[in-house]
Amino acid sequence: MTALGKAFLFAVLVFLYLPVAVLVAMAFNASPLYALPFEFTLHWFEALSGNAKLIAATRNSILIALLTTVIATTIGSLAAVALSRRRFRGRTLLQLLLLPPIAIPWLIIGTAMLVFFFWTGIGRGLHAMVLGHVALAIPYVVLVVGAGLNAQRIDLEEAAMSLGSTPRHAFFAVTLPLLMPSLVAAALFAFAVSLDQFVVSYFLATPGVSTLPVEIYTSIRKGFTPEVNAVSSLLLGASMVLIVVFARLSGMGGVGGRR
Amino acid sequence: MSEPQGAAPAPRSLRPGTVTALLVAPAYAWLTLAIFLPLVAMLVFSFLTVAPFGNRVAEFTTTHYLVFFNRPYLVEVALRSLALGAWTTGICAAIGLPAALALSRAFRGRTRELLFFLVILPFWTNGLVRVFSWTMVLRENGILDDAVRVLWPAAPSFGLLYSQPAIVIGLVHAYLPYMILTCYLSVVAIDDAVLEAAKSLGARAPVVFWKIVLPLAAPGLIAGSVLIFVPVIGSFMEPRILGGKAGVTIGTVIEDQFTQAFNWPLGSALSFIMLAVVLVIFAVFSRALRGRLTAS
Repeated sequence: MTALGKAFLFAVLVFLYLPVAVLVAMAFNASPLYALPFEFTLHWFEALSGNAKLIAATRNSILIALLTTVIATTIGSLAAVALSRRRFRGRTLLQLLLLPPIAIPWLIIGTAMLVFFFWTGIGRGLHAMVLGHVALAIPYVVLVVGAGLNAQRIDLEEAAMSLGSTPRHAFFAVTLPLLMPSLVAAALFAFAVSLDQFVVSYFLATPGVSTLPVEIYTSIRKGFTPEVNAVSSLLLGASMVLIVVFARLSGMGGVGGRR
Repeated sequence: MSEPQGAAPAPRSLRPGTVTALLVAPAYAWLTLAIFLPLVAMLVFSFLTVAPFGNRVAEFTTTHYLVFFNRPYLVEVALRSLALGAWTTGICAAIGLPAALALSRAFRGRTRELLFFLVILPFWTNGLVRVFSWTMVLRENGILDDAVRVLWPAAPSFGLLYSQPAIVIGLVHAYLPYMILTCYLSVVAIDDAVLEAAKSLGARAPVVFWKIVLPLAAPGLIAGSVLIFVPVIGSFMEPRILGGKAGVTIGTVIEDQFTQAFNWPLGSALSFIMLAVVLVIFAVFSRALRGRLTAS
């Protein structure tokens, strides 16, 4: 049974990784028609450096992701502190309100934003995408930072105060340093959510201002070339690095694997 | 950011209620502006005859909600989307539960942690890129055809790309990690002693599976199914890329209303009908989930 289980899991991993491996391999293959045999080249990556549209889109993606990270981590963490450390009326409601941005399909959220932003004159473009991405990232930040706060022993903060520390000092000297890994993890998560976001960006992009995933989608619809593989590989690599770092910081790799 | 920074350390002059309000206000104001008000705006839109831009005069109407009665092809598209959701969810369950069992029973310690991480890693990478990768595998004379021809040189081309199976394959690939994750969290908690006890009392493997493993894994299966079914019925990028002309779903119809046909009120109404379906699913299964948890 055990051998069978191992073989099955191996097959599942092949299924999950094989297409992605093919995508990356084809980014290094000389044939523009994805033909085999494989012939190594860096031509498609070089071609990227001359593609002004993709470069502009990449710059937009990174800019939006950075702004999203800073804003969502800041205001999300403040909310997390209130939600996990304070007891007040409406707390459960506020926690429930974090679910819609996660649970409602992005297609619905994206089109709703398009309607509202267009109607109110907020419009589309970079600022609209930042507005949208931050909203999508906030619930995750609150959850990650909230989990970090709940894992902390509240008596440490109380001990500091009973030893004469002010609440303000106790927060900055005890709670915040202990919370640092969670904050960094939340920031990375927010960055990844924004960098990979396609659906919402797609509806808020304008012909002149788009992001990397939107540009990739447009290229795929037009007919694909290995250049799309090259840029996709770069995006893939970036999010994998982010998540590996995130996993190390938050201990996610060990979920359930503990003990 | 000067205002929230000042709020965190709580000067003594502020009342606790004020501090709490200051802490939560920025996040929830943002969510209101970017999520809740847009949903309200879309609800309003869905009852208008035309989009009220320029000097067009919009009037109240329920036509867009009755569209399923006027345009039978939409019923067909909606049913096809639900079928797509059912196939994807079913296949994910059929692969995900055994994979979760294998992961939790056949591996230990660091290896298990690493494999678990490998299973959920793809899920954090760009979905669009992963769907795109299947076009290279499935297209005529693609990698799948090449692989088959290694074994059988005269094999005809599968040419699966631009078909319903291609969409299902891409969606299963996209959402399988969800199912493995939720099932794993359920089955990893099953005590080995329970399984041993059943076996020593004479239960055969299928009986152990149906009577012990499946009921205990049910919360994971249900959670995974909801998490997969909901986004799948709202998918539009996977059907577009892998389905081509065959890939008309309610998601692509909605996208068309906003990007091609510019019938925003109709698109809004279709979005809300889908949202209603989603909410019903959540309502039904949250009860089922909770019922299970309290029963056990």
